[in-house]
Amino acid sequence: MSLASGFAHGVHPPEAKGLTAQVPIRRMPFPAEIVLPLRQHAGKPARLCVKVGDRVERGDKVGEADGFMSVPIHASAAGTVADVDWWPHPDGSMAMAVRITVDPYAAQIPRPRMVPKWAGLSVEEVVQAVQDAGVVGLGGAAFPTHVKLAPPKEYAVHTLIVNGAECEPYLTSDHRTMAEYPDRVHFGIRVLMQTLGVQKAVIGVERNKPDAIEALRRAIPQDLDITVLPLTVKYPQGAEKMLIHAVTGTEVPSGKLPVSVGVVVQNVGSAAAIAEVFETGLPLIERIVTVTGHGLRRPANLIVPVGTKLRDLLAHCDGMTPDAAEVIVGGPMMGMAQADLDAPVTKGTTGVVVLARHETRGERVYPCIHCGRCLDACPVFLNPSLLGDLARVDRYEEMAEAHLADCMLCGSCSFVCPSNIPLSQLFQVSKAALKRLKAAS
Amino acid sequence: MTAPRLIVTASPHLKDRDSTPRIMWNVVASLVPVIAVAGFYFGISALLVVAATTLGALGTQRLFGGRDSVGDGSAVITGLLLGLCLPAGMPLWMAALGGVAGIGLGKLVFGGLGQNVFNPALIGRAFLQAAFPVAITTWPAAGQGFWTLRGDTFALPFLQASTDALTEATPLGLLKFEQKLTPLGDLIFGTTGGSLGETGALVILLGGAYLAWRGYLNWRIPVSVMLSTAILATVMHGVDARYPDALFMLFSGGLMLGAVYMATDMVTSPVTNSGRWVFGAGIGVLLVVIRLWGGLPEGVMYAILLMNAMVPFINRLTQPRVFGTHLRVGA
Repeated sequence: MSLASGFAHGVHPPEAKGLTAQVPIRRMPFPAEIVLPLRQHAGKPARLCVKVGDRVERGDKVGEADGFMSVPIHASAAGTVADVDWWPHPDGSMAMAVRITVDPYAAQIPRPRMVPKWAGLSVEEVVQAVQDAGVVGLGGAAFPTHVKLAPPKEYAVHTLIVNGAECEPYLTSDHRTMAEYPDRVHFGIRVLMQTLGVQKAVIGVERNKPDAIEALRRAIPQDLDITVLPLTVKYPQGAEKMLIHAVTGTEVPSGKLPVSVGVVVQNVGSAAAIAEVFETGLPLIERIVTVTGHGLRRPANLIVPVGTKLRDLLAHCDGMTPDAAEVIVGGPMMGMAQADLDAPVTKGTTGVVVLARHETRGERVYPCIHCGRCLDACPVFLNPSLLGDLARVDRYEEMAEAHLADCMLCGSCSFVCPSNIPLSQLFQVSKAALKRLKAAS
Repeated sequence: MTAPRLIVTASPHLKDRDSTPRIMWNVVASLVPVIAVAGFYFGISALLVVAATTLGALGTQRLFGGRDSVGDGSAVITGLLLGLCLPAGMPLWMAALGGVAGIGLGKLVFGGLGQNVFNPALIGRAFLQAAFPVAITTWPAAGQGFWTLRGDTFALPFLQASTDALTEATPLGLLKFEQKLTPLGDLIFGTTGGSLGETGALVILLGGAYLAWRGYLNWRIPVSVMLSTAILATVMHGVDARYPDALFMLFSGGLMLGAVYMATDMVTSPVTNSGRWVFGAGIGVLLVVIRLWGGLPEGVMYAILLMNAMVPFINRLTQPRVFGTHLRVGA
């Protein structure tokens, strides 16, 4: 392991984690209605397996996994399927979703043990159980976890890296998970290590969470080689490539997967979710969400049933203040601003941030003055200034040559730009345009 | 629940507090002491010249760049810097014309803020140098009364000079044409003839330090300019003692103003840190070459303008290595 526990470049946005960093996780009551989009994960959407009028218990499947690159979707509350139709998705699009009217007086007791006990399962059975439980990466990207548990055979995996950096400002769900449930995190790591057949695991945690580092260190099981590595506090420390660099000192080659350097990265929340799934026998139907921001009256870390509408979630936190200006699903650096508060919490929802007016970006954009701050911010050493100039004149092929594909849309360049140029937005659009160009030719 | 009006924007939703106008106005603020020192040495004439160039620059920006483009402060910087590299006795109409040329030919023809290749203030000065070679090399002596006009300040366009001003040669002029060295103390404290901004080396350095501390100026450029100047000057001084030493080179002429305020113009300097070293070093070498062997006594302006032209090439050759690759980004 290298001594370096950070990376060059990056930015320091205002953290604002103090709003919820010391607020213990609480459970939110069931809302009157839940909405479950069939597309909540990277890969193929789930295939619908209920119809209008069906009665579902908590944990019943409403959508089947459609192939290996897919996971099922489960009902997060007992009730009746009211509707299957297009519904606003927190990513800004519309998605097919199952709407369930929650039984007002149901005990919400799930069927017993829908996921088998972990002890004694073979590797294949664990991978299957994780897929059946609908577990995805809880760090935001919602990549199916079982796929990462079955890496291509040609690569030898030597280290499991658990991502507890939580570098997005405002968010504290991983922080609270580590501080309150360190044993669960370690049990999840045990499952991951055994399944991957690795001897070594490293949990990377930013230094601004000393209580989490302390709790994790105290709870390390005697028989496992687990290290807790404090990381430099910097955005985007939790980006997969930055984290791997901080832990192993190696750069993942451009265009390659982390497994090509022998590591698998899992979010700390995903590790805890795996543990919970095997402990309780319940599939992934709820998750920990940080609901916060200066535009919210009572910020909190909540256990939220997947499918809870943002409207209900914000109401549970006593609603928005009069100067609330923008509701973001995810962190304020990479999250999506919401146009419709009927959009539900999905498996990938790390947090809901309500920004007050004074925190939002100004509208006025000035010309690029080539100050070079974006070059000093870009964690993967791109030239956002040049890429921005090219994007505005639609020179997408030249952007590809300038390594547009390596951009992970972390937003560091847009954050520092004194001219307020929406660089990462330009790059997102350019990536899509480049894809269309390639498809056309 | 009350329903506030929500906005929807692309990520990231947070933004660093620094803005382009804030950077520009900070540069303007740091120039105020420099102008005050010029006023101290050259009196009311200095302030009038700076006012004239700034008005010329702002008027042109407002007229051709649109109402919106004045507030960002960049045209004010151009005006102030141009004023600071002119002699105090410059007729005001010439100074104002320089401001017009600087913004018009140096910036707006390229497409406005951020698009220009050359430093607009230096374009303005180069224009004046070509158009009025006598007026721009008539250096009033420092240290007369504050209200004394140093030359044909209020001359009408294209009329012959009417007053005889008390003039003095610049240290570099003395060196080049009379082989006389000015004492270092005079250079540092500005009690010499020269342009307005050639007299306040210490205040300029302080202003630069403030800007560098705030992150509004990249320290690599002035440092590399001064380092390369000092090294080359020391070598030449060692070869032939008739050449001036490094300290004389650093504190004479417009080097400080050029290195701190003009070479560091973000628009016309490289975007990469390694490129900034190359850029600054190139300026230092060119200005020593011009000063020692060129036809002109002073070479800061042409050194910076020449290196401005090299910026696209420097940027292309100094692209950072992209994470996870060993290739360089093709610019």
